[in-house]
Amino acid sequence: MDIGASALASRKTVAARPVFPFDAIVGQDEMKLALLIAAVDASIGGVLVFGDRGTGKSTAVRALAALLPPMQAVAGCRFSCDPARPEALCDVCRDATDLVVATVPVPVVDLPLGATEDRVAGALDIERALAQGEKAFEPGLLARAHRGFLYIDEVNLLEDHLVDLLLDVAASGENVVEREGISIRHPARFVLVGSGNPEEGELRPQLLDRFGLSVDVRTPTDLATRVEVIKRRDAFERDGAGFLAKWAEAAAATRDRILAARALLPAITVPDVTLENAARLCMALGTDGLRGELTLIRTARALAALEGDEVVGVPHLRRIAAPALRHRLRRNPLDEAVATTRVDRAVTELFGA
Amino acid sequence: MTNLAAPASDAVQAALLLAVDPVGLGGAVLRAAPGPEREGWLAGLRAALPAGTPWRRLPLGIPDSRLLGGLDLAGTLAAGRPVLERGVLAEADGGIVVASMAERLEANTAAKLAAVLDAGQVALQRDGLDLILPARLALVALDEGLAAEETLPPALAERLAFRLEPEAVPLDAASQVAAARARLGQVAVPDALLPALCGAAMQFGIASLRAPLFALRAARAAAALAGHAAVEEADAALAVRLVFGPRATCLPEAEPPAAPEDQPQDSAQPEPQPGPQELQEMLLEATRASLPAGLLAALGAGARDAARRAGAQGREGQRRQSALRGRPIGTRAGALRAGARLSLVETLRAAAPWQGIRRRERAGRPGPLVLVKRDDIRLLRFQQHTETTAIFAVDASGSAALARLAEAKGAVELLLADCYVRRDRVAVVAFRGRAAELLLPPTNSLLRAKRSLAGLPGGGATPLAAGIDAAMALAEEARRRGRTPLLVLLTDGRANIARDGTAGRPRAEADALAAAAPCRAAGIATLLVDTAPRPQPFAKQLAEAMGARYLALPSVDSQKLSAAVATTREVA
Repeated sequence: MDIGASALASRKTVAARPVFPFDAIVGQDEMKLALLIAAVDASIGGVLVFGDRGTGKSTAVRALAALLPPMQAVAGCRFSCDPARPEALCDVCRDATDLVVATVPVPVVDLPLGATEDRVAGALDIERALAQGEKAFEPGLLARAHRGFLYIDEVNLLEDHLVDLLLDVAASGENVVEREGISIRHPARFVLVGSGNPEEGELRPQLLDRFGLSVDVRTPTDLATRVEVIKRRDAFERDGAGFLAKWAEAAAATRDRILAARALLPAITVPDVTLENAARLCMALGTDGLRGELTLIRTARALAALEGDEVVGVPHLRRIAAPALRHRLRRNPLDEAVATTRVDRAVTELFGA
Repeated sequence: MTNLAAPASDAVQAALLLAVDPVGLGGAVLRAAPGPEREGWLAGLRAALPAGTPWRRLPLGIPDSRLLGGLDLAGTLAAGRPVLERGVLAEADGGIVVASMAERLEANTAAKLAAVLDAGQVALQRDGLDLILPARLALVALDEGLAAEETLPPALAERLAFRLEPEAVPLDAASQVAAARARLGQVAVPDALLPALCGAAMQFGIASLRAPLFALRAARAAAALAGHAAVEEADAALAVRLVFGPRATCLPEAEPPAAPEDQPQDSAQPEPQPGPQELQEMLLEATRASLPAGLLAALGAGARDAARRAGAQGREGQRRQSALRGRPIGTRAGALRAGARLSLVETLRAAAPWQGIRRRERAGRPGPLVLVKRDDIRLLRFQQHTETTAIFAVDASGSAALARLAEAKGAVELLLADCYVRRDRVAVVAFRGRAAELLLPPTNSLLRAKRSLAGLPGGGATPLAAGIDAAMALAEEARRRGRTPLLVLLTDGRANIARDGTAGRPRAEADALAAAAPCRAAGIATLLVDTAPRPQPFAKQLAEAMGARYLALPSVDSQKLSAAVATTREVA
């Protein structure tokens, strides 16, 4: 079969499929909080969700997509340029005299495991090359994810050359493609969200380091929670539209909460004593470099914004210390204590129980 | 309607349930060697499905271009525009995919299958194509593994509702299934069922939440098949037998747990009523009855962890890739330097779409028939032959003394850290008492390696021959998978249990030497670490018989040990 019309048709059918609502996810508070924090402040650098099978890791990420408030972008721009940031415009938008602004949904792009490099980075458009003999750039997933989220399920199984590509782009915020004598560069800044099961293989340390927050998810062990999970899942599968309608109010409230937090974020102050506390915590844990400290502060600030607090204090640090730091500890295979326990212990020692 | 006349077996029922709700149930694992039973089950399932339901075979080692889809090169060039070649999964939309030799599926392929099962669609991001293709299907995995740990990747097995030994399914169920499919949406579920299913799953130590969800769907399908308006006890019993039976990791405690008191605020719980409790008891009975006798005894004896380990087996992880040797696993773009191997077909495929443009750019100047540029070059990627699997055989017997065992564990952990850095795979076999036990199937998960070592008990006699045999079996398997085995045997050499389990030093030592001979013959790189406080002549003799390097280590010196393993590894 050929592509044109059928491709469009299939994309549409998929868009119509309902997504399990974020607020209807039972428990898993740390994962939900980490995703909300990433939605409030994209500079935190992404979320890694590692844990047991069947805990709704990918459900949560897809649910977040349905929840995100829309954003402003240059109308028709293939890279969804931000009209508010002239310095970060793509080449086309920079040359344009008059930018028309449109409201578009925040992209949440899936990077499937079988993806080829040309679709991730972008390549020349085969259709136009064949039909018209033209060299036209066809943006890839990195371009589509710009200003949004890039989601990789089973991130620890991603092919090495794709990991290299991701690391490169994540570090520079820019994607460069050279092909058939043309050279394209475009901005590619996105929040990286990965999920996986550690029993299926370790994540490369360099990639692990790219994630701002790391969340451990466990299967709930109490009966009432487990029954509720299944009950909601079943209700959603049997009547998706009805289930979404039931949760629409909660979704609107969470969306407002994200918007309010974003608005509050610049006004939040981090007193010196909090900075000191953060530094002491990182030193006690021996985290490498300053990234840990920076992430810790930023995450605490985003949390304060979500809670509507104007000053960041120890309670905020305490709540997000584990997700911000647990993947930054130096690995010592002989230390039986799990990373989370080590962070919790350090928090208790420094800030009291 | 033969299956209404006589109560059909569970394997037959599973086929019918799967035919009623293939997408909801995800599929089944058929654990059996090829044979008439398996063929009969598959034929019965196929006959039970509506006419025209897609049915595709998934060969082992299928490339992504056939699994997920890609650019149809011949069609593209002929049509002058991109033409999609659908993969097997998209072709099977609305039907069944049968995966042969699923126990040998790579983790990577399994993850792709799992993603398609979850989403009901193929997200195709390949060869310039950006498509979402519907793929609502069920997977039947044919598992021909022999050893308990030789089974399909757990991430995939988890997503298939049933795991069974097949038997022939009658071929006349189609009309019954069609009627059930029509009724499926209307089947009511009593309030008590859900808590009972979840409770029963917990009692059998089934952690994943997919299991109760599958049981619920299976119960609903069973009710639809039986013509019940609501799920009845018999339907639920069948569902839990099929779904929980193979997943159980422990036996329920005699006392049912008290009703949970700290309920989450956001969940409205039904009032505790006698319904769920009684139903749960019935479901527990049903599941218990479905457990094979041997498993029941093993679980009862507290071998819960062993069962869980067997279920959580994995052979996934990062693969080392080499430019030259090993099994080809795909292609990638790159410069054709010395030593790289060109993939001619993939290179031509990459070059093909641009021929028109390039010819025009040459503006009529004569040139080769096909214009290939550096960008087009595709190199073959191989799974490296020399990827190492380090197999630790640890003597956990009483003679190795408990204190020494702790030291040996410490040393092994250090070595594990080394292996982690080098991205080797690691497996651990322990031998004590009468037999050897596989503590950790080959993995590169540091987490699992640490967990398995932590649970290593010590004490008992020294079945040295059994330990060597078990380690050799692992080494041979690693070889078959194209990896280089490296064997590290930590023992004090005081063998006193023969292969047949009888006590006695002379027989035991003779057997150990006999077990050692194939190791030498196979040329497997081996290191024997003598952990006895005073090194024994027999250990040295054994090392010779194995063709092993011998390292006397009266006090476990982890530095020295690590260095010795590194040297042995280089020899390998």
